Amino acid sequence: MAKKLEKVDVVVVGSGWAGGIVSAEAAKAGHKVVTLERGKPVDRQDYVGVKDELRFSDRYEMMQNLAPETITSRNTLDEEALPVRTRSEMMAGTDLGGGSVHWAGATYRWRPIDFEIRSKTIERYGEKKIPEGMIIRDWGITYDEMEPYYDKWEKTAGISGEPDPLGDKRSSDYPNPPIKESPAVRLFKDTTKKMGYHPYQVASANLSQSYKNPDGETIAQCMFCSFCTEYGCDFGAKSDPLVTVIPTAVKTGNCEIRTHSLVRRVLHENGKATGVMYVDLRTGLEYIQPADVVVLGAFSFTNNRLLMLSKIGEQYDPKTRKGVIGRNFNGQFGITFLGARGFFEDKKFNLFMGAGALGGTMSDFAGDNFDHTDLDFINGGGIELRQYGHGPIARNSVPKGTKNWGPDFKEKSIHYTNRSLVAWYTPAVMSWWHNYTSLDPTYTDEFGDPLLRITNKYTDHDKAMAKFGIEKCTEIMEKMGADIVDPDEIPEEFDHVYDGGHYAGGVSMGEDPETSAINNYLQLWDMENLFVVGGSAFPQFGGHHPTATIGALSYRASEGVIKYLKEPGLLTQPKKEGAKA
Amino acid sequence: MAETQEPKGTKKSGMSRRNFLKNSGLVAGGIVGGGLFGGLIGSQMKKPKEEKKAAKETTNDAEARTFFSRSEDFETLSAAVERLYPEDKIGPGAIGLGVPYFIDRQLASDWGSNAKEYMKGPFPQNQEAAYYENLNTDQNKQGPNSVTQVAAPSPRYQTRMNRGEIFREGIKVLQESAQSNHKKKFFELEGEQMDEILTKMQEGKVRMNGIHSTVFFSLLLKTTIEGAYSDPVYGGNRDMAGWKMVEYPGPRMGYLGQIEDDEFAVMKQESLRDYQEMWG
Repeated sequence: MAKKLEKVDVVVVGSGWAGGIVSAEAAKAGHKVVTLERGKPVDRQDYVGVKDELRFSDRYEMMQNLAPETITSRNTLDEEALPVRTRSEMMAGTDLGGGSVHWAGATYRWRPIDFEIRSKTIERYGEKKIPEGMIIRDWGITYDEMEPYYDKWEKTAGISGEPDPLGDKRSSDYPNPPIKESPAVRLFKDTTKKMGYHPYQVASANLSQSYKNPDGETIAQCMFCSFCTEYGCDFGAKSDPLVTVIPTAVKTGNCEIRTHSLVRRVLHENGKATGVMYVDLRTGLEYIQPADVVVLGAFSFTNNRLLMLSKIGEQYDPKTRKGVIGRNFNGQFGITFLGARGFFEDKKFNLFMGAGALGGTMSDFAGDNFDHTDLDFINGGGIELRQYGHGPIARNSVPKGTKNWGPDFKEKSIHYTNRSLVAWYTPAVMSWWHNYTSLDPTYTDEFGDPLLRITNKYTDHDKAMAKFGIEKCTEIMEKMGADIVDPDEIPEEFDHVYDGGHYAGGVSMGEDPETSAINNYLQLWDMENLFVVGGSAFPQFGGHHPTATIGALSYRASEGVIKYLKEPGLLTQPKKEGAKA
Repeated sequence: MAETQEPKGTKKSGMSRRNFLKNSGLVAGGIVGGGLFGGLIGSQMKKPKEEKKAAKETTNDAEARTFFSRSEDFETLSAAVERLYPEDKIGPGAIGLGVPYFIDRQLASDWGSNAKEYMKGPFPQNQEAAYYENLNTDQNKQGPNSVTQVAAPSPRYQTRMNRGEIFREGIKVLQESAQSNHKKKFFELEGEQMDEILTKMQEGKVRMNGIHSTVFFSLLLKTTIEGAYSDPVYGGNRDMAGWKMVEYPGPRMGYLGQIEDDEFAVMKQESLRDYQEMWG
């Protein structure tokens, strides 16, 4: 029998950017908050002196243990899904701060068209431009409405950057100047500029200087040590929840963080959430935490699954195309991030140095910055050259046609280890009626609860976009002077490898409760004291990395939670979608 | 054929092969040197002249087998990884780098027993599962992490065996292939003969129980690269010789003063141990 605890104002599930921001904002506003995190407590000290490629990049030290729980995956409705069993196929962060601790730090705002893709596409190209089966829609919030939240998050995180020359209206500059430029990044920027494009430095959460944020938290200057993506920062120089919103939440005295606490159900009565049931993973004891408002701020998979396990909202059924929970699953993985790899004979780069967000980028082929009239896709993405800085296990690329073992492989992989660069396209990803999440009928977690099942396949649209990006990147790499340029190949079908962490949707935002799960305050249409925050809210994916948008949405949701606590009720009134998706 | 590592225990304790045989009571009835027993024991122990050769290789107490019980399995593994990453004019190969010991220890770790992987059934043995196992994603077809992945195929994992079990099974198949094709032990084959068997495994043309041989080959290649270039604390990259070949300096505080430099920075290698000592 679960032990019932004392009621609080807000219970938050998850402690990454989403859960962390809502916890901090609600606690700052004077509300009593309990934040539940399934992983262990960590802080900067846990990442000091552990720069170890094998442990973090190859053995996935910071990723979720899949033994008790994973997801299952299939391509089409008539297939049986199989579990994604290993951590090399499934990247999802865990521990305090969640996936927001191991992130790279590349920061982009999404574009006006990303938020209004349906209406703006129809406006410019006509309704026929949207292919049958594509269920994209406007978010119910515009870029202009999102702008203050982006601005707030950038200031919390101390983002270091320069404006995108093709970017949109900003209320203020980034709080810190851009980070230094390496020769590889310089080469990319010089070359693309000569080609007539508009390159700029990737805005970075690896800070260019020591900075105190508006909440009084200090973030240090980045040292370019290269142990960044897939690692925690030992200098406190990568902006993550551990150095920002979590200490901010705790120091109010209003927020209690409980780690090792796995939430298994959202409890509800008469259409209202009453709290959550969770297990202390050390003792196995079950607890009920009652609250006036429940916030799901966990990873997108967890947000999806918790609603399904708790029987909240109507599960999406692709056959009838009815229901909203699980609908609009999307994400930037697999077929995205393709481009070209260049091998340079007479140049040698310090590729063991770097930072997660060190890079050059350009938006000439992002959003609707280019004409799509004669193209068989809509939206676009950034083109980037990144210098993460990598260990030697990762840097063994050889030109195509080289055998991947034996004497030739050894010689060439060593020769090119510091002579190979990649430019890639970061395209938007549209949502389709056949890509969705649901509970798996066969496979279960350690408690016997069904796993989340992903049904995802590639479309011609995905392939057309990938092909376009590969061509552009190939041309850039050739102009950069690479002696050998290997364009990436377009995969035939999704191979069930969930890498990069950019999986989204399933509890998506919109104006119409028939097709969306939450409104533009991330409040569930069907349960007004339940907010579902994070990448799960994306109705489709924008053409750049997602973290800033998750940060901004989390500030938007925080405002909603605080508003709701003052005056309960639906914060946005539903509208009928103009055209049925 | 590449040199393999010799067991050290007998020599270190001052116990010679002859003494061991005598003390163990196995020298009885004249069976040593002939007959069933002699064949069994003799094949597991090195000749005295080989012990001498081994002495110069290493005096590292950490180099002992903790996963592979049979030295023949370890010698098969050693010969195979040396073909994947051979010694050449640039520097040592997999054996010289200690890769076989690295792999042995990794398989004895929680990674080898898939402690953090989802290993609940059912494990379907249908066409669908076979298809996934056969699927290669090469470096040009990978997603966001393409540059952080070992340049080796990574077929989807759908077997009830853990990695340690896959290795045992794979090594057994290497040995059986050598025996049936050449009537020799794998590590006694000519290099080209070994390559032929390895290539067939990579192409999925060798039958294995429970998995596709490509899965085993991928795992073998991945762990070989890891052993060549991971921190020496894990048993490979001996004397940081792997890092020296690729001019990788090891973990450092940072490169704030150098990140903008055009020149390639040649630095002395430092290990995780050096780095932790610096933090104190």
